[in-house]
Amino acid sequence: MSLISRRKLIYGGVAAAAGVGGLATAEHLAKRYGLVPPDAAGIYGPGETLTYACQRLLTTRTPAREFPRSMISKNPFANEVAPPTEGFKRLQAGGFRDWRLVIDGTVARPMSLSLADLKTLPIHSQITEVACEEGWSYIAEWIGVPLSEVLREAGVLPQSRYVVYYPVEKNLWGGIDMADAMHPHTLLTMGMNDGDLPVPFGGPLRLRVPRQLGYKSLKYLTHITVTDDIKKFGSGKGSVDPDYGYAWYAGI
Amino acid sequence: MVRLTHWLTFIAFVALLITGAEIVISHPRFYWGETGNVNMRPLFSLPLATSRGTIDNGFGSAMPDQNGWSRYLHFEAAWVAVLTGLVYGIYGISSGHFRRNLIPKRDDWTWRAYWDRFLGYWRRTWPDRAEESSYNVLQRTAYFVVIFVLFPLIIWTGLAMSPSFTSAFPATADLLGGRQSARTIHFFVSGLLLLFLVVHVTMVALSGFWSRMRAMITGYPRDSEEGQ
Repeated sequence: MSLISRRKLIYGGVAAAAGVGGLATAEHLAKRYGLVPPDAAGIYGPGETLTYACQRLLTTRTPAREFPRSMISKNPFANEVAPPTEGFKRLQAGGFRDWRLVIDGTVARPMSLSLADLKTLPIHSQITEVACEEGWSYIAEWIGVPLSEVLREAGVLPQSRYVVYYPVEKNLWGGIDMADAMHPHTLLTMGMNDGDLPVPFGGPLRLRVPRQLGYKSLKYLTHITVTDDIKKFGSGKGSVDPDYGYAWYAGI
Repeated sequence: MVRLTHWLTFIAFVALLITGAEIVISHPRFYWGETGNVNMRPLFSLPLATSRGTIDNGFGSAMPDQNGWSRYLHFEAAWVAVLTGLVYGIYGISSGHFRRNLIPKRDDWTWRAYWDRFLGYWRRTWPDRAEESSYNVLQRTAYFVVIFVLFPLIIWTGLAMSPSFTSAFPATADLLGGRQSARTIHFFVSGLLLLFLVVHVTMVALSGFWSRMRAMITGYPRDSEEGQ
């Protein structure tokens, strides 16, 4: 064996060992700091994990892009919605007075709030963009209570890692990590452009997650569950989106 | 290293192109500025059948909806392309590959040199020996533009469409005129890259497809018995 090839062999061996060690360390650190998304299994897992890990390292606390009032879209597009159910129509006929938002799971004080209860909490407004994964977008002013305010009222327990949320129809459900749940722009939205949030846009209550694509901003919100174990929900991939083939993390 | 990164990029690019087209047909309308949707006038609209009921460009929405896996694969392939590009970039600088082979030679920076080379192609004259072992001015310019202009631009415009990335770096979208402008530029740049791919493969075919393929896979331009 010549000197060169031996040297190459040693270098190669050291590089391979460093690579394996590096990957193992990276995996350990990623799990410890919550950089692995719930839908990390499967062939698209490596790409999703890289994306999510980078976003969590770069953008955990960065504010959503906000726009001047002059940029509010004159013709926003509400997207298609399923026809309302009998239950929804009944609540709508009552002016949504009986609409309830239930907060449970790993919280010290589970609660059930009416829209009037929600409006006693600090009201915030933001002018942010809805961007659909199809490619279209619009800007509106959104008025409501930051999810973090409600979670603070409920007393999130320290082991909590994800927030799962349901619309009035429980076949859809969303999930976000605590970083997005506690983000000041993640908003329990009740108003849009100085009026009540119209039903086609998700009224009376929509969770706006402006740092992710539109499909994470579920309309007709009725139920929030804080959890330390996302695997217990549905197929265990963090939200219903991966069941339809879509990424759990939609911040891209 | 150049050959390995070339083929990795090729695989990633094909995946990006197919999945990108799948995503586009869910909304084949393009806008300029920050926002754009079906209630707004588009900059232009592609005459295609769409894959979603939210939009109809006059050809129905009969296309199969493939956005889910297309998006997963688009971003995974983007990672392959970006990481490969990073390795290639570091290698290209440190080995002198960029300086030696890609940046057009100083005395070729004239219209005359471009024109001469173009005429050479037009008349199908065989390259001389010096040219056979390196790239001529037209090749260098094309590769240079693809590697240092189009690839960075397509990554930039892609990132400008990420609501989370732009929350950290809003200038990525603002400098381009907004999210929809970024999407439109992303579409045109992918068109230019596709054009490059077509011309590139055509030129390879004209100069002897199998010998060029062998060269790009093995690194040896000719059969060994020919004295390589």
